[in-house]
Amino acid sequence: MAKPESHIEVCDLTMKYGHKLIQQGLNFVVNRQDIFILMGGSGCGKSTLLKHMIGLYEPAEGQIMVNRESLWEVSSARRREMLQGFGVSYQAGALVSSLTLAENVGMPLELYTDLAPREIRELVELKLAMVGLSGFEDYYPSEISGGMLKRAALARAIALDPEVLFFDEPSAGLDPVSARLLDDLILELSASLNSTIVIVTHELASIFAIATNAVFLDAESKTMLACGHPKDLLDHCDNPKVQRFLRRGEMPVKQN
Amino acid sequence: MSEQVNLTVNNNLLLVQLSGDWSIHQPAVDRGPITRVLDESVQIKKIVVDGQSLGKWDSALVSFLFQLTNLARKKSLILDHQSLPEGAVRMLSLATAVPKSTGSSRKHTHWSFVDRIGLRVVWIFREFLRFVDFLGESLFACHRFVLGKAVYRREDLLFFLQDAGPSSLGIVTLISVLIGMILAFVGAVQLEKFGASIYVANLVGLSMAREMAAMMTAIIMAGRTGAAYAAQLGSMQVNEEVDALKTMGISPMEFLVAPRMAALVLMMPLLTIYANLMGILGGGLVSVTMLDLSWSIYFQQISHSVPLVHFTIGLVKSVIFGVLVALSGCYMGMNSGRSATAVGAATTSAVVMGIVLIIVFDSLVTILTTVLDI
Repeated sequence: MAKPESHIEVCDLTMKYGHKLIQQGLNFVVNRQDIFILMGGSGCGKSTLLKHMIGLYEPAEGQIMVNRESLWEVSSARRREMLQGFGVSYQAGALVSSLTLAENVGMPLELYTDLAPREIRELVELKLAMVGLSGFEDYYPSEISGGMLKRAALARAIALDPEVLFFDEPSAGLDPVSARLLDDLILELSASLNSTIVIVTHELASIFAIATNAVFLDAESKTMLACGHPKDLLDHCDNPKVQRFLRRGEMPVKQN
Repeated sequence: MSEQVNLTVNNNLLLVQLSGDWSIHQPAVDRGPITRVLDESVQIKKIVVDGQSLGKWDSALVSFLFQLTNLARKKSLILDHQSLPEGAVRMLSLATAVPKSTGSSRKHTHWSFVDRIGLRVVWIFREFLRFVDFLGESLFACHRFVLGKAVYRREDLLFFLQDAGPSSLGIVTLISVLIGMILAFVGAVQLEKFGASIYVANLVGLSMAREMAAMMTAIIMAGRTGAAYAAQLGSMQVNEEVDALKTMGISPMEFLVAPRMAALVLMMPLLTIYANLMGILGGGLVSVTMLDLSWSIYFQQISHSVPLVHFTIGLVKSVIFGVLVALSGCYMGMNSGRSATAVGAATTSAVVMGIVLIIVFDSLVTILTTVLDI
């Protein structure tokens, strides 16, 4: 297997809201075509970390490197260009409520390509079909179910064939079967689009099913406790917090 | 013929050879020639797509293949492919895995002109019934509020009182002083010709007391507080907060609407008295500086010529205006749809409806008082 190539690097990142410290000393590398999980208990700053990685928030200290280029040391025009390679699927979908699904998915295509309306429509049909929503082009976000909303948001995220796909809690609020189908869809997309995937989640089933790498954030010590493949972490990581998380609170019996 | 697609017909087989780079950042490849060939040569039973000499590709290629698959399906042809990139094949199979949900796609019905009028009338009638419904419910809630039986938070009421009253003083001051000055200016130009400039005081006093103070305050409150109520209640609908209150056994009409309405109804007369004062001051400012009247003469003239009944009419109206503004704000908010656009629309409608109701009601009162000679 070829040596993994780094895609996004987080170097000495410190995140703050005003003066309130969220996390500090974050160091990890997301390799190309990884399915990378940001995990940790509720309120530890996973979503905030995601928002730093997609360039919504500026780091208090440290760097976010995308393709070895620092996101915040370049001009804002160049940054926008770099961010165009990102597709983001937000927790609650975040589709524009006044637009139909087709218009929502077509919006980035309209803005960033010179395609004719008919060509955009065809691409939109493809993207919606890929997430299993063929035939729902002219529905408004308020007229479809929560699971469909998540898939529609995914269709919008992949509209421009992104290099990196970010998911904020993709399976939150979905039944186990739908969550599993969404996991399969993410796996399938990562294989066919050759994209790198970064997911914020605390669904253990998903973590073990799809992750190739992960980082564990802790709310108390405000830093990362472990980084690696979740199964390796389960077998080899000694940190009790990581073990508790990965075993749903059940601690392995201590051997004397 | 496009360079990226090469077509060869061989008996009942159509070979589609794809080449070059496919990107969504360049114009899409025309599928016209393929449709034309399929229409001309009806003996074709099978399409084979060959991707041997493909360069870079993205969704543009998959979109092309997807549309081709749909075309083949419609014409019941067999579609086969060879040496296509693995990723593209996976995306294609993903897209064709779930069949198009039939019956779900929208039929855009085009209504005729007469239909549209009919639908509109029905809609207006329904909306009217809903409003009457709301009016009844809010009357009921206010009744319980007055009896002290309504369930609401005191802090909320105090906050709304603060927001509708003291917080609006700045804008009410500005508008009232300016209105008083405008009235005095307009009157002064006319009355000076007759040497009757002292009557500017009557003009300003009378119009502020009877009409302008109450109406301008009401319009300010419609834009300021009515809009805020609609937006607050609308976003609460979006967040399902109103549903949450209902399930806790709390009546949204008592908890949300009654304190808002009470705050406006209590504050409107006070603001109107204040607006009267400011308007008369504004008029006085113009009279003293332009018309050589002294402050004492100006105030004396007003207190002699504007009896208290005019102020009373203005005050009574302001209470009703308060009800109208609160009603339109709360009604639009509570009936808002559950999206960002709907909340925006509700806010707009609240202001428009508030102002229309204010002016219509004011005209009715003016006609009535004229007929009754008050």
